[in-house]
Amino acid sequence: MHKDFDLKIENMSKIEGHASLEIKVRNGAVESAKLIVGENKRFYEEAMRGKPFSTIPQMVSRICGTCSIAHLTCATEAIEKALDIKPSKQTLVLRKLATLGTILRDHAMHLYFFVLPDIFRKPSVFEFDKAQHKFLHDGFSLKAAGNKITKLVAGRAIHAIYSQIGYFSKVPDKSKVKETIAYLKNVREKVFDLIDVIWNCDFSFKRKTNYVALADPSFAFLEGDLIDSYGDIIKEKDFSNHLNEIVIPYSQGEGYTFKGEEYFVGALARLNVNKKSLHENTKKDLKKYLNVFPSSDIYHNNLAQAIEMLHCIDASLDYLEFEFKKEKKPEIKIKKSNGVGVVEAPRGVLYYKLSITKEGKIDFGTLVTPTAQNQIRMENDIKLLVTKLLDKPEKEIQHEVEKLIRAYDPCMTCASNFLKIKWI
Amino acid sequence: MKKLSIGIFSFTCDEGCSMQILEVFNNKFKEWENLIEIKHFRLISPRKDIEKLDVAFVEGAISTKRDLEGLKKVRETSKKVIAIGSCAINGFPSNQRNFFDKKVKQKIKPFLKKFNHLENVEPIKKFISVDGEINGCPISEDDFIKVLEDCLIEFGVKDA
Repeated sequence: MHKDFDLKIENMSKIEGHASLEIKVRNGAVESAKLIVGENKRFYEEAMRGKPFSTIPQMVSRICGTCSIAHLTCATEAIEKALDIKPSKQTLVLRKLATLGTILRDHAMHLYFFVLPDIFRKPSVFEFDKAQHKFLHDGFSLKAAGNKITKLVAGRAIHAIYSQIGYFSKVPDKSKVKETIAYLKNVREKVFDLIDVIWNCDFSFKRKTNYVALADPSFAFLEGDLIDSYGDIIKEKDFSNHLNEIVIPYSQGEGYTFKGEEYFVGALARLNVNKKSLHENTKKDLKKYLNVFPSSDIYHNNLAQAIEMLHCIDASLDYLEFEFKKEKKPEIKIKKSNGVGVVEAPRGVLYYKLSITKEGKIDFGTLVTPTAQNQIRMENDIKLLVTKLLDKPEKEIQHEVEKLIRAYDPCMTCASNFLKIKWI
Repeated sequence: MKKLSIGIFSFTCDEGCSMQILEVFNNKFKEWENLIEIKHFRLISPRKDIEKLDVAFVEGAISTKRDLEGLKKVRETSKKVIAIGSCAINGFPSNQRNFFDKKVKQKIKPFLKKFNHLENVEPIKKFISVDGEINGCPISEDDFIKVLEDCLIEFGVKDA
């Protein structure tokens, strides 16, 4: 039996943002496992209050450099719902493309730069050996592919400039559309090498939970209702009725339960509840891998992300065939109202509720990020994992715990911004 | 062959600028691979070496005592410190809490105290001397390339 010990990991690398972990083992049992968001709060919910509604999408984009497009899009959707603005078909296509590009880029970042070093047993991509070096460059190529899509339709990959409330301020350049299509076709096969490596690695940690995702019928991460593993269908506007916020005293972030239980959001949840909606070409080429879903293995979140990368390429190739033309700006009528936006960010369900005054100012805004929703389950899994590894050397425990956390793909930058204050 | 040793450091911000540097690498890494040594870049490497850096790129504003200690250490161990992005240079948008009204400031106070936040969120030049700036939110890819290329020449890694 291992004696009492404390395990501390400060400022973990290869995850988004700053996080630390503190594990306490007493009398051969894990007394506590704390995943601490070390990212400094920037109080975006408070900062939104009193600002004109039109400034909000660009403002909340700055919550996260990684998934800025998801915050921008989700806030835009909430405002459009509040003010009854119906975006055109073209606007929706452009929004889907910007999102597909973001997800492709983010997953590439996570899988090549954070996960592959674990699989190859190297500290980072910079230490890859000759045979593995190809994956470093593939990683850059796939990240570039995602960026190309987002830059083409939204102007920039980080804090995009063409995406507006109700429309896009610029139509994609035809020659650049062609160039992007060619680039995507060229890099598509690299994804198979990545899937193969992830498929052949023996990482596994199974524990059943409730998986919740937006079941977009076109798997474009933006539309449809939320579905969970019990098959319950929840409208976007009702989602928050099922959530309970849990304050985590030692952390600058918080946690949530759904229907009173821990749950998981992210690529694994999306494939568990909605794999039928993936692009036909993706389904045809990845049949063997898709059979494992629904899965309760958290490491299949990595596989699910890799599958989504191929889907993002295939779906983008279709949407890029759209005949884009200049459209009129929709008219906006300000009124006192509330609106809810829900999108799938790369790491799972993102929720915004915005309340607008009759003068067009934000009365209050609230948001729920994917990492906050996964926090409780993540901590429970860490506890369970350490319990199983108690007789192993501390270095190995640390390595296994970090690996597990990376499979969750947490984003601490997102998780830290919201201080729940009851406004009277 | 001498390489340019660099570190990328992130304080209070959304990490959009370090993400942008990684986007620059999409196209430039092949070319720079043998010219630069990345000694510190928490986002992608567990290496936490900050000794004898030629150039430190610093993103983010300073919000906590911990940020401040980290920043000072970076200054001590780096020949050149370059502030990247609006948060590091202007404090904004990470400093929005500085402008809250009294009522809100009062409400967030216990939280700030508990996690050792400073009274205000500040740009890095408030605490250390800065040798260069790349502005933007996030920084532009071209601006970063230009500054890095100039550093390669300045530190004798590449001929002018």
